[in-house]
Amino acid sequence: MGLLSKKDSKLILDPLADNNPITIQVLGICSALAITAQLKASVVMTVSVLFVLGVGNVVISLMRNIIPSKIRIIVQLVVVATLVIIVDQVLKAFSYELSKTLSVFVGLIITNCIIMGRFEAFALGNGPWKSFLDGIGNALGYGVILIIVGFFRELLGSGTLWGYKVLGDPIAKTGLYALGYENNGFMLLSPMALITVGIIIWIQRSRNKALIEEN
Amino acid sequence: MAINTEKNSYTLFFAIGMVIVVGSLLAFVASGLKPNIKENERLEKQQNILYAMGVDENGDDPGSVNFISTDKVAAEFKTYITKQLIIQGDNVTEDDQAYLIDLKKEEALAKDESYERRLPLFVGEKDGKTFYIVPMRGKGLWDAIWGYVSVDEEMVVQGAFFDHKGETPGLGSNIKERFFMDDFKGENLFNGTSFVGIDVAKGNADPLNKDKSDNQVDAIAGATITGNGVTAMIKKDLRMYLPYFNSLKN
Repeated sequence: MGLLSKKDSKLILDPLADNNPITIQVLGICSALAITAQLKASVVMTVSVLFVLGVGNVVISLMRNIIPSKIRIIVQLVVVATLVIIVDQVLKAFSYELSKTLSVFVGLIITNCIIMGRFEAFALGNGPWKSFLDGIGNALGYGVILIIVGFFRELLGSGTLWGYKVLGDPIAKTGLYALGYENNGFMLLSPMALITVGIIIWIQRSRNKALIEEN
Repeated sequence: MAINTEKNSYTLFFAIGMVIVVGSLLAFVASGLKPNIKENERLEKQQNILYAMGVDENGDDPGSVNFISTDKVAAEFKTYITKQLIIQGDNVTEDDQAYLIDLKKEEALAKDESYERRLPLFVGEKDGKTFYIVPMRGKGLWDAIWGYVSVDEEMVVQGAFFDHKGETPGLGSNIKERFFMDDFKGENLFNGTSFVGIDVAKGNADPLNKDKSDNQVDAIAGATITGNGVTAMIKKDLRMYLPYFNSLKN
């Protein structure tokens, strides 16, 4: 990467793999379970978190020297909430139908612990450019897991991807369904997201033994 | 430059300053975007009204709700909705802005006995058939629910559309799904000659909704309160239109 120094690119690439916010830091699990029943919702949530975390990290980083430490958590919350409200209003004004389908998810961003976690752990102690990269990196790391989980849950649970019936029609019995295949409705429930995330963690740790904690 | 950020006075000053900055920023954004949001809501109302009378882009798609697209909806609304009426007691007046009447405000005003509530009613024509579309508003589990139901002269339901502000995702929020709304088509609001509305009923032993004269549709599992809200909303709001429909028959 010519644009970024080695250290900077590490900020983006690390959260994608060996320091992933979901599988290693185990942050942001709540929304990862709640919204991954459809691929589309996962992608939209990723984009929203990308924006909020990227901009939020920069704002917090710029203010890091003037924020009174006693009320820093509240300040962080106010910054997240403000950004989320702005996103919500802009969506309502320019992409009304999308905002209708997203209604709950947008509010969920506020409660996403990755955001508070990165503000507290990184942006409060680093400059704006680094914080921006860290925000983007962590949002992408979060998004990758969301999209993988969403892909499998929608495919196995509903037999669709992005709403398209890729496996055939379960009612008319075409495609795979003609051979007796059935959708697994269990995949649509939150516990299966936890199990899917667990499998990802398993694969990741068996490939990189350094990630396994000693007892 | 070193600021002592630990001082109480500084903390207080910072908090007040932040509230002022954030507050004005949000107020600025909200008022700047308001015209766009209002316009979107107006088009959405037109889409919903048309959807209730079966003017939509569902095509062969059996599963999801597809409204007339926003760029066409204003023109289609003019084509299909032939009359917009405001019923006030025995007075019926035409008003092409009737669809903008805020039911919530009317409901609040109607608490004053002397106020004669304005009831909007939309008359649509499609394929030679006349639809009467009634707007409704009620309470779900968490917040407001609303909808439009289209009926013919005999008050047999031709189509329905429901929406909600904050019902539980996956449970109560399913009132805006096709499998629930489509059940209302063909249901009768009368039992013999008395007005009974339509019950969102648990255990009506008719989950496929084959019996159209039982005044019942199948409820959504896990959404009892929202379903009861729909039942109450239909009963309460359609009852107010009975005098008008009686006058149609004579």
